[in-house]
Amino acid sequence: MTEPKAPEWPLWEVFIRGQHGASHRHVGSLHAPDAEMAIKHARDVYTRRKEGVSIWVVPTTAIAASNPDMKGPLYDPSDSKPYRHPTFFDIPKEIGTM
Amino acid sequence: MYAQMVTSDPRDETVEGQAFQARIDAGEKIEPRDWMPEGYRKTLIRQIGQHAHSEIVGQLPEGNWITRAPTLERKAILLAKVQDEAGHGLYLYCAAETLGVSRDEMTEMLLDGRMKYSSIFSYPTLTWADMGAVGWLVDGAAIMNQVPLQRTSYGPYARAMIRVCKEESFHQRQGFDIMMKMAKGTPAQKKMAQDALNRFWYPSLMMFGPSDKDSVHSAQSMAWKIKMNTNDELRQKFVDLTVPQAEYLGLTIPDPDLKWNEERGHYDYSEPDWSEFYDVLKGNGPCSVDRIETRKKAWDDGAWVREALMAHSEKQKTKVAAE
Repeated sequence: MTEPKAPEWPLWEVFIRGQHGASHRHVGSLHAPDAEMAIKHARDVYTRRKEGVSIWVVPTTAIAASNPDMKGPLYDPSDSKPYRHPTFFDIPKEIGTM
Repeated sequence: MYAQMVTSDPRDETVEGQAFQARIDAGEKIEPRDWMPEGYRKTLIRQIGQHAHSEIVGQLPEGNWITRAPTLERKAILLAKVQDEAGHGLYLYCAAETLGVSRDEMTEMLLDGRMKYSSIFSYPTLTWADMGAVGWLVDGAAIMNQVPLQRTSYGPYARAMIRVCKEESFHQRQGFDIMMKMAKGTPAQKKMAQDALNRFWYPSLMMFGPSDKDSVHSAQSMAWKIKMNTNDELRQKFVDLTVPQAEYLGLTIPDPDLKWNEERGHYDYSEPDWSEFYDVLKGNGPCSVDRIETRKKAWDDGAWVREALMAHSEKQKTKVAAE
């Protein structure tokens, strides 16, 4: 009789914050039985060279993502709004830094 | 290379397939949730899976020397290097998993022979100098291939390669450092270094795979930008970079026909014995059986740990729910 196959450890997404106060950034994923082990594994897999000072782990199944097919409708409209960038405006040299 | 002789599925000629190719031609990255041809997905699973398996199996020839490293410092360095290889395997398994294959499935395919690992890791590491040769030549050859793969079309694979490349240069340098120490050491040490080079030279050239001038698989993989250079290009680059390094060490590359070709601007070199390569890939390398048996033992011996930790996690969840 073959035993039923053991379930695979769930997948976690790993986020790391670097030294200098930047936001946590997604660095990859890993398998772990629970959050505590996921953080321990993340430390071994993703911070062997002082890449960070703080780790977040999130179950992959908990992540909701935008639809890649909607790239155009969602992000193209900003193409026509260059005035949102400061370089759109010419400020005279006499004014100095602004 | 770490992925050798990967067969590629044929091009997708549908409208979607052509639009997909246009995205790749325009230099766009393909992400996991994007539409992709089945052939692209399957070929990548084979390629990334084989690459990951090579990193994991690649720990074994070096693990062989951890307990016998000549000094505590060398031991710590080797441990760190082998741990990096485990990490590289994990980055790559995760990249492959975004294509809809599970890590356990890939492991099973390695253990039952449906998936392969690089031919180079079927060779034994007989002396401490082999740790030098492996880092210098094997990691050096891997870098040739992995640096361009940072620009591959599949986002998760490219990102894994960026992480790997950041760490790989340490591996090659520590190998060269061992070679320098031995090549400039006692006559016995120098002899050992030369012997390691003699044994690892041709297997390192084989890592790039046979000439792919006429391979349809290579042509398709290059169109998909999951293979960035031909095998011959990378092998030539490796030879050109390595020969002066061997000269610096005062060691002789075991190829009497090796010589600089002024006209081509490259070294001419002898091809490895390709029948040996095919034989090793079939599982007949000197350590092939041993490598898979060791992985199988690790997998089987670890089963109770994987199960126990899952059971503990389930129990904790019910406890929290009951409180």
